[in-house]
Amino acid sequence: MSTSGTVDRAAGAATAAAEREALGRFEAVIGLEVHAQLLTHAKIFCGCSTAFGAPPNANSCPVCLGMPGVLPVLNRRVVEFAIRLALATGCTVARSSRWARKNYFYPDLPKGYQISMYELPIATGGGVDIVVDGAAKRVGLTRIHMEEDAGKNIHDAHGDASLVDLNRAGVPLLEIVSEPDIRSIAEAGAYLRTLRALVQYLEICDGNMEEGSFRCDANVSIRPRGATALGVKVEIKNLNSFRAVEKALAHEIGRQAEVLGGGGTIVQETRLWDAEREETRAMRTKEHAHDYRYFPDPDLLPLVVDERWVAEIRGTLPELPAARRERFVAEYGLPVYDAEVLTARRDVADYFEAAVKSTAAEAGAKVAGKPPAGAAAEAETKPAKGAAKPTAKAVSNWVMSELLRVVREQRLDDALTITNWPVPPADLGRLVGLVEAATISGKIAKTVWSEMLASGKAPEAIVAEKGLVQVSDRGALESAVDGVLAANPDKVAEYRGGKTKLFGFFVGQVMKATDGAGNPQLVNDLLRAKLGGT
Amino acid sequence: MDLANLTIAEAASKLRRGECSSVELTRAVLARAHAVEPRIHSFLARCDDTAVAAAADADARLARGGDANPLTGIPIALKDVIATRGVPTTAGSRILENFVPPYDATVTARLRTSGAVIVAKANCDEFAMGSSTENSAFAVTCNPWDVGRVPGGSSGGSATAVAAAECLGALGTDTGGSVRLPAAFCGVVGMKPTYGRVSRYGVVAYASSLDQVGPLTRDVRDCALLLGAIAGHDPLDSTSVDTPVPDYAAGLDAGVRGLRIGLPREYFVAGMQPEVERSVRAAVRTLEGLGAAVTEVSLPHTRYGIAAYYLIATAEASSNLARYDGVKYGRRSQGNGGLLEMYRRTRAEGFGREVKRRIMLGTYALSAGYYDAYYLKAQKVRTLIRRDFAAAFERCDVLVTPVAATTAFPIGARTADPLQMYLTDVCTIPVNLAGLPGLSLPCGFDGAGLPIGLQIIGAPFAEETVLRAAHAYEQATEWHRRRPQIGAT
Repeated sequence: MSTSGTVDRAAGAATAAAEREALGRFEAVIGLEVHAQLLTHAKIFCGCSTAFGAPPNANSCPVCLGMPGVLPVLNRRVVEFAIRLALATGCTVARSSRWARKNYFYPDLPKGYQISMYELPIATGGGVDIVVDGAAKRVGLTRIHMEEDAGKNIHDAHGDASLVDLNRAGVPLLEIVSEPDIRSIAEAGAYLRTLRALVQYLEICDGNMEEGSFRCDANVSIRPRGATALGVKVEIKNLNSFRAVEKALAHEIGRQAEVLGGGGTIVQETRLWDAEREETRAMRTKEHAHDYRYFPDPDLLPLVVDERWVAEIRGTLPELPAARRERFVAEYGLPVYDAEVLTARRDVADYFEAAVKSTAAEAGAKVAGKPPAGAAAEAETKPAKGAAKPTAKAVSNWVMSELLRVVREQRLDDALTITNWPVPPADLGRLVGLVEAATISGKIAKTVWSEMLASGKAPEAIVAEKGLVQVSDRGALESAVDGVLAANPDKVAEYRGGKTKLFGFFVGQVMKATDGAGNPQLVNDLLRAKLGGT
Repeated sequence: MDLANLTIAEAASKLRRGECSSVELTRAVLARAHAVEPRIHSFLARCDDTAVAAAADADARLARGGDANPLTGIPIALKDVIATRGVPTTAGSRILENFVPPYDATVTARLRTSGAVIVAKANCDEFAMGSSTENSAFAVTCNPWDVGRVPGGSSGGSATAVAAAECLGALGTDTGGSVRLPAAFCGVVGMKPTYGRVSRYGVVAYASSLDQVGPLTRDVRDCALLLGAIAGHDPLDSTSVDTPVPDYAAGLDAGVRGLRIGLPREYFVAGMQPEVERSVRAAVRTLEGLGAAVTEVSLPHTRYGIAAYYLIATAEASSNLARYDGVKYGRRSQGNGGLLEMYRRTRAEGFGREVKRRIMLGTYALSAGYYDAYYLKAQKVRTLIRRDFAAAFERCDVLVTPVAATTAFPIGARTADPLQMYLTDVCTIPVNLAGLPGLSLPCGFDGAGLPIGLQIIGAPFAEETVLRAAHAYEQATEWHRRRPQIGAT
């Protein structure tokens, strides 16, 4: 969830310091390979469902089981999704690309090869624009290609035997390979978050790292600052959270700096991140690297992509996070930080905009229920008109503090798109509108919010039902103030004698007299005038 | 009346005239199989009960009238690499000894829809790798013309079943000549269609870019009928081509007047059995006499065909056969050494020598550091061979060649020397590399009474032209009427 950004930032700052210290005279060179599981309904080469959580092997057929003689048939949606990401990252979509077989034996790989792309991927070039500490940078993309996922081996569930679940075999993946353009852990984190926001905006992947639908391998090397030649790289696998990526990179960079600093050499190898021990472990060296014997898959024709189709897909792309962030700053006058948090997820940004639109339309218009006699009309309220910008900031505050907290607490953020928001955006908008119009106080608004969450009722209804409309009628409040002062002549005298701390006491008494509905600002003003002016 | 020896066309007309029923026809071929199987070994699995039931269904359809499908009620055998739902499909391999597919190959489904009666699964070289059917893990199939000789391969059982009247027609697969060679050795008609003409779905893959299913029949008309039933685009096979399927039987009688026939000089080489060359040249003269114009052409890259084939086919095979790992289906050998030992033992015990040889060849050809020199170079040769043919077809409508340099050889004669066995396919392999349609039909007999095959090759999707030329020749000759005499057991 986007709001975890604050936490990650803090952690990032800590690791950045450690990183600088560890590196000394070296700089890190990092390239990331991301596997994004696509949200198509069917698998890439057969009609089986991709639904998560089915009983083992329920989503399988002769094709994804690799039975003798069966053949793959490409799911067109997968290509469409690949093209969406290619266009969103400025890649060149290949007119003709080619499927290749990657050959290796493993029980979760039914055919003994994975259908992937090798020499001719669907997209090349392009890049992902990231911002780190206010500095913009483009991380280049080497390639994007499509491939099928493998199944899962399950150990320790059935005595000595291992079990194989092939529900995931044939689920479509995009492999997104970055250039070695990343120079720090913070950049790696920013790249991954930006890329994840992008696939979520494009609605092609839910971006869930913990569940494995957004996986990352890292290629890391270090070299003396100022050097242009690349050092020997190490590939790190098993990075299944942002924290794991950051910690593994920190550990590996430190390890390499220590080796090189001590006069040693780095061995080209694949290392596995152990999240419990927080260290990388050697898995296999270059000498033992698999020879995958890639060759063009003779069961599939070269993939020819028609220009018209690409143009058609381009026309359906949504506004992307970077553009939306800039628009939020320009159009709503939001601080960059707010815009960043709100646009990190498309559904949150949509929610925010829907809420803002409802306040613009309805703020101050329908003051709900029956306010106490004479309490509303001539009150000193802020005008509803021309309040669009402050309202947007107020909505932003509500979304970032209250709404996303509830979303997090109630774990509503698992899916790509939050559909069961705790409160409809228009309701939150109107709640903010009620505050903006001074119909209720900010404090009362919190009470109303809790009630909205509990009952699902509209804010106006709650305000009316509970008589929470703020009393802003000067006459009504003046008589309440007068009453309080008259009832406490000794306190008045003490106050006027210099015990100004008593001011809070008077405010409390007036609020009590108005059942908590007095406009606090007005109460303050009146009290100050009457106490000081006598 | 010898029902088992009827052609498909004759049987179809008898069925409609009520002169016999499909059940009678089916029982006749089953009885014939019962009699000759101990000497010929055409079949790995027989479907006697389901066949009779299917024949009864066909009779019911015929009785209702209006059924115009020429295959309704016709007993057909399928090479055992073709998946048949509920019937073992072993590909002639121990590794699939007990494998029963839960699906039909598309060609199987099309035959069932056509009303054909599937009578048996025919023996073949293991995973279709071989030229003699001696590589089957289960039986050596014998040539009905001389049971001491091979039937050719790899679709040997399909060819012998047709020749020995154990069915009226059969399907084989042809990757480098595996339909045409056994057709030639057994004196029947066999055709490899254009690559992409017939679906490969459900056909156990040997070399995916070369494999193609084709019919084996007693004459050219039957070949046209059977091809018509299985040809056509299949959404389950991305390499099947979406071009209309003509009525192949309809154009058979148009003759060869004006047809331009090319004789590729590279196919008439030293070392040919003289009777084979004589028969093929005589056949060309017969076609000339029927009005065809004959010219000599050159296919200069022919000599590289075998080498290119044994790199491309084995490379694909090494990958295609990786799925037989003991994990999901088929044979699994037990061991105490964990996963790796299970893999090793399963494949060591499950695959035969020739299959292992080709897996090793192909694995080597695709390996890092060798890929460019072998696999990639072979693909370039393949392009050159394809261009040779394209150039020839600018001047000719069909090419005529021998199918093989010799007639059927004795069982065991070439098993000791794989290279000599590979050379058996020198005339058929280039046709697969170029993806062209090729047909084999009888054009004579040698001194030992063994059949000789004539190959007619067409341009891509020119099956009609090939069939028309073959039919014209067949009408002018009597070779196809000869039947082998098989002594009883």
